[in-house]
Amino acid sequence: MKPPLFDYIAPTSVEAAVAALAEAAGEAKVLAGGQSLMPMLNFRLLRPSILVDINCVAGLSFITETADSIRIGALTRHFALETSPLVAAHFPVLSAAMTHVAHLAIRNRGTIGGSLSHADPAAELPMMALLLDAKLHVAGVSGVRTIAARDFFLDTMTVALDGTELVIEIMLPKLPPQTGWGFEEVARRHGDFALAAVAATLTLSEGKIAQARIALTGVGPTALRATAAEQILIGKVLDGDATARATTAVREAIEPETDLHASSDYRRHLAGVLTGRALAAAWRRAGEGAAKAWI
Amino acid sequence: MTKTRDITVTVNGTVYEASVEPRLLLADFLRHALGLTGTHVGCEHGVCGACTVLVDGDSARSCLMLAVQADGRKVETVESLGRIGQMNALQQSFHEHHALQCGFCTPGMLMTATDLLRKYPLASDEDIRKGISGNLCRCTGYEHIVKAIRAVVGKTETAR
Repeated sequence: MKPPLFDYIAPTSVEAAVAALAEAAGEAKVLAGGQSLMPMLNFRLLRPSILVDINCVAGLSFITETADSIRIGALTRHFALETSPLVAAHFPVLSAAMTHVAHLAIRNRGTIGGSLSHADPAAELPMMALLLDAKLHVAGVSGVRTIAARDFFLDTMTVALDGTELVIEIMLPKLPPQTGWGFEEVARRHGDFALAAVAATLTLSEGKIAQARIALTGVGPTALRATAAEQILIGKVLDGDATARATTAVREAIEPETDLHASSDYRRHLAGVLTGRALAAAWRRAGEGAAKAWI
Repeated sequence: MTKTRDITVTVNGTVYEASVEPRLLLADFLRHALGLTGTHVGCEHGVCGACTVLVDGDSARSCLMLAVQADGRKVETVESLGRIGQMNALQQSFHEHHALQCGFCTPGMLMTATDLLRKYPLASDEDIRKGISGNLCRCTGYEHIVKAIRAVVGKTETAR
C-alpha cells in the first residue's frame, strides 16, 4: 500500500506542464488533487514514470463570469465550487451536486479538471459537465483546443485526451431564463460514489417545456445524457403521463452494471425513480421562476 | 532509485527540513520522519479518514498527499490541538461524551471536526453525520462522536 517509484516534477506554467507530459510520451500522470490518483498509486494500479504535479501552476484556480458563461479553472477545488456565490447564482444544480462529492477533506483537495479527466463512471462532475453542456479547454504541445463534454467521455476512466494534454478550463454556458433544476442521488453512505444519480433541468416557455436536459451517473460505463427522454418532454407539461414516459425512456437507455453495492435491476429501477423526482423538482422550480422571473 | 527532494515544512509551528523520496506519503513522513504518530494510518487509500490532518488550514488525507507536496506549507496534526491535562474544547468534549473507545479513528475525527466547525454551521445532527461520513469508527461510536461535536458547535475557541 505504498506508491511505486516515480520521478516528480512540479512545473509552474501550463507550457512547462505540457512539455513534461510530452517528454514522458504517455508514461506520465498528472497529479492535480490526487484524490483518485493517489489511491491508484498506493494500490499500484498505476506505475507512471513521472508525476507532473500541477498544483504549483499559476492561474488555473478561478471562477469567473462572462456575459454568457461561467469559466472555471481546472485546478478549482471541489470546496470552492460548492461554496462559490457565482456557481450558486447561475448553476444551483451544480452547487447541490457538489455537496454529494465525497467528504470535506476530499473536496478540499479534489479538482474539477482532475475529476473530469479521471472520469469515474459514478462521479458527479462528469454528469454535471454533460448536463450543463460544458466545453473543456485542453492544452497540448500544439496549443489549446476545445472539446465539448459530450465528446469528452469515451468509456470508463477514458477520455478524449491523448496523454500529453491537460484540461485547463471548463466553460459552462449560462442557462436560459425560466429554467428549473433537480438533483437526486442515492449512495450507500453520504459522500460515497452514486449507486445512481440524476440531474435535470427544465426550461419553460408559455407554460410548456421548451428544453429538457437529463443526465445520469453510476448507471453505465460513463455518465450520460438521456436524450430520448429529453425529447419526449419537449412541448409538454410535466404531468403523470409525461413523467412516466420519460422515466421509462431513461430506464431503457441505460445498462447498469451489477456489483457489490447494487444489482443492475436495482440501479435501473432507482434511475427511473430519481428521474421522476428530479424532473418534479425542476418543474416546480421552473414554475416558481416563471412566477417571479427567477434566473 | 529516484532522486530525493529537499522540502521545508512547518508542522505544528515547527519548521522541518528534510530530504524525501517523491513517493513518500505525507502520513508516513509525519509518522516516521517526524515521529508524530498521532496521525493514524488505516486504509491508505483515502477511505477511512484516520490520517486526516490540516494543510494550510484545510483538512486533507495525509495518505493521499505526497510529503513533497507539503513543501512550503503549514501542516497541523492532532498533536497541535492540546496536551494531556490541557486539551482543547473539542478534545475535552470528546472526553466528556465518551466519543472514543479504541481511539484509532479519534485523531482523524478531531481534525475533520475542526475543519467542519470552521466551514459549516452544522445546524443539525444530520449535518454533523454527513460531515463525518468520510471517517470510519470501527467501534461504531458515532452517536457519542456526534454528541461531542454538537456540544461545541458555535463555541469559537474550537476554531483556533
